[in-house]
Amino acid sequence: MDLDPTREQKDFRTEVRNWLKGNIPKETLPSMDTQEGFELHRAWEKKLFENGWSVVTWPEKYGGRDLGILEWLIFEEEYYHSGAPGRVNTNGINLLAPALFDFGSDEQKNRFLQSMASGEEIWAQGWSEPDAGSDLASIKTKAKKDGEWFVINGQKTWCSRGAWADWIFCIVRTDPDSERHQGLSYLLVPADSEGLERRPVNRLDGEPAFAEIFFDDCHVHSSNLLGREGEGWSVAMSTASNERGLNLRAPGRFTAVAERLVNLHEATEPKPDPSLTEEVVNSWVRAHAYRWQAQRTATRILEGEPLNSEPSIMKVFWSELDVELHATALRILRDRSDLITEFLNPSDETEWLMGYLFALAGPIYAGTNEIQRNIIAERVLGLPRK
Amino acid sequence: MRFAPTEQQEQFASNIASILEKECSAEALQLAGEEPSGRIGGLWETLSETGLMGIAIPEEFGGLGMGSSDLVFILEELGRSACSEPVAEHAAVAAPLITRWAQNETAREILEESAAGSRKLTVGSPIDERVVSVESSDLILLSKENELHAVPTKEIEHTPMTSIDPRYKTSAIEWSPTPKTLISKEPEAIEDMTNRGVLSAAAQAVGVAQKLLEMTVSYVSERKQFGKPVGTNQAVKHHCSDMAIAIEFARPLVQVASWAIDNERSPTENFTVSGEVSAAKTLASEAVELACRSALQCHGAIGYTVEHDLQIWLKRGWILASTWGDALFHRRRLGKILGLTD
Repeated sequence: MDLDPTREQKDFRTEVRNWLKGNIPKETLPSMDTQEGFELHRAWEKKLFENGWSVVTWPEKYGGRDLGILEWLIFEEEYYHSGAPGRVNTNGINLLAPALFDFGSDEQKNRFLQSMASGEEIWAQGWSEPDAGSDLASIKTKAKKDGEWFVINGQKTWCSRGAWADWIFCIVRTDPDSERHQGLSYLLVPADSEGLERRPVNRLDGEPAFAEIFFDDCHVHSSNLLGREGEGWSVAMSTASNERGLNLRAPGRFTAVAERLVNLHEATEPKPDPSLTEEVVNSWVRAHAYRWQAQRTATRILEGEPLNSEPSIMKVFWSELDVELHATALRILRDRSDLITEFLNPSDETEWLMGYLFALAGPIYAGTNEIQRNIIAERVLGLPRK
Repeated sequence: MRFAPTEQQEQFASNIASILEKECSAEALQLAGEEPSGRIGGLWETLSETGLMGIAIPEEFGGLGMGSSDLVFILEELGRSACSEPVAEHAAVAAPLITRWAQNETAREILEESAAGSRKLTVGSPIDERVVSVESSDLILLSKENELHAVPTKEIEHTPMTSIDPRYKTSAIEWSPTPKTLISKEPEAIEDMTNRGVLSAAAQAVGVAQKLLEMTVSYVSERKQFGKPVGTNQAVKHHCSDMAIAIEFARPLVQVASWAIDNERSPTENFTVSGEVSAAKTLASEAVELACRSALQCHGAIGYTVEHDLQIWLKRGWILASTWGDALFHRRRLGKILGLTD
C-alpha cells in the first residue's frame, strides 16, 4: 500500500490549482439549462479545451494530455474544489466518448472527439423512452435501413441537455422482429435533422433540463452508426458502466460539497443544533469514504482487474450521498431553505436548494437505485433471480 | 499511489485465514462458549508459530518488523472468523505501543518474550471501562490521564464481568500507577494507544460484517418459502445489497487509517491520523451494526437461536461496534477534528 502521490502528480495538482485560480469566471454562470447559460458554459468548455484541461485523459491528438486515472482524480478534485462551472458536455465526454473509443472507426473518432472536447458540439443522450426507463431493453423507437440511410420513427424522452444540444446519441431498434437486447443499434443523430422535433421538458426548478425527442421519418446517414448494426446493446453497455462507475461522478464533486457544508455549518448563527452537527460529520465522512473507495478502484483499474461490483455499488453510494449532503444543508438553513434569490448572483440558500434538486435526480437516472440494488444482489452476491 | 495489499500482505493474511478456518471453526467457537475460559485450546500457540504475535515488533527484538498496514488485512480475517483470542490487543495495540513509546531496555525485556507470544499482553482502552482477557495476560497496558503504564497482571485487582458473548472475557480493574510501571508521559502516546485500538476494532468489525453477509447470502439462496428461495425477493436482495455497500465503503477507510498510523500522518490534505481512524471506525461500526440486524432479519427465527452459528458473529459484531468507541463517539471526535465543535 502506497498512498502518496508521485512528485509529478503533486506538481500536476499545483498546476491545475493555479490555472483554475486565475481563470474561473468571477461571477457564477447562469444555469446551463437556460439558453444563455448553455452558451456561456459552452464558451467555458472552449477555454478549458484551449488550455488542455477539457479531457485530460484523452490522447493528445484529440485534445487531451494522455494522463491516467490518478491524474484524472486529481484534476476533478481540484476542479470541483475551485468552484469552477459545471461541465455542460458531460453526456458526450463521459458517456459517449468511452463508446467511441471502444467501437468508433478512425473516421468517427476524428470527426467527433475533438469537436466534443472543445464544446463546439454538445451532446444529449437519447436512450429512455416513455415505456423504456429502468427497463431500457424494451426500446420501441425503430430505424429502417434505406440504402445509405437509417430512417428513424419513434420517441425518446428525458434527454438531458436535449433542449439545446447539437447532437444526440440514440439506441434504436433496427431489426423490427427482434426483442429485448437483440436487434438494437447505436446511432449518432444531428439535432437539426429533418424529421426530428424536440419539446423541452421543465425540471422541478422550471428550467428545461431535458427534452422529449420525436422522430418522424428522420434520415440519418449510415456513417453515423456506432459499432455494428444490431450491436447497439453492447455499445451502450460500455457507456453505461462508465455512467454508473467512476467517470460520471468523480469524488471531487462530493468532497467539495462536503467542504462547503462544513463552511455553512461554521457560518451559521446561532450555532446549529448538535444533532445537525452530527449529520454534517456523517455526510462528510461518507464523502471521504467515497474518495478513498474511488482511489482503491483506480488501483484496480490500473492493475487490469475487472470491475464487477464497483459500478452499481458506487452509483447507489454517490447518489444517496449527494442527496444527504444537500438535505443536511437545507436542514441547517431551516425556514430559508426554499428561497430562490436573484438569478445571476444566487445566494447560498438558492445554491443549496438547486443542488438538492439536482441531487434528487441521482437515485433515479442511470438505472434507479432499486435496479442497482437488484444488480448488486444478483450479479455481485450471486442471489437467485427467480 | 498504489491502494492495494502487497503480495506479502495478501499471503500472510491468507495463511492466517486458513489456520483460522481449521482451528477457529464455528463448531470450535460453539464449544469454546461452553468452556469457562471461553477460549479455543491451542489456537494462540498455533497463531504464535506464524510470527503473528510479533508482527509489529522490530526484528532486533525477535519480531517481524511490520506495521499496521500489514496487520489490517489479518485483523479483518480475525473478525471474519470471530476469533476472540486477544491477538489484536497483544499484536496490534500493546506490542507496537511498547515498541514506539517505551525506553529501549524496558522495551527489549518485554518485547523479546512477547514476539513469541509466551508473554501475553493486553490493553485497557482509554475509551472503555473494561479490560479484555485480563486472566490470560501477563502484562496490561493502561492509561492514567496522560500517562501510559505497563502493569503486571498480578499487581492488578480485577472483577470478571459476564458478556452476552461467552467467548468475550472482560474485567473491571483496580490498579495504581507507580514509577516502575510508567512507560511514557507523552499525551501523544495515549492518542496513539487510542488510534491503534480503534483501528483494530474497526478492521475486525469489517471482517465480521463480511462474514455475516456471506452467511446471509448462502442462507437466503437455499431457504425456500412459497416454493422458491427467499433470496429471490427484492426486499431480501436489498438487505443484502445494503450490507455489501456498507462494507465496501468502510473497508478502504480502515486500510487508509492503518497507513496513517504507520506513517504518522494522514494521506488526506488537511486531515489527521486520529481523523482517519475515527472516520474508519464510524463507518465500520455502522456497517457491522447494519450487518447484524439485516443478517438476523434475513435468517428469520432460526437466526434467533443459540444453536445456529449466526449468533457467534452477531455477538462478536455487537461488541466490535461499540468497543473502542461506537459510531456516535467517533462522529463527535471527528466533529472536533473538523472544527465543527469545541
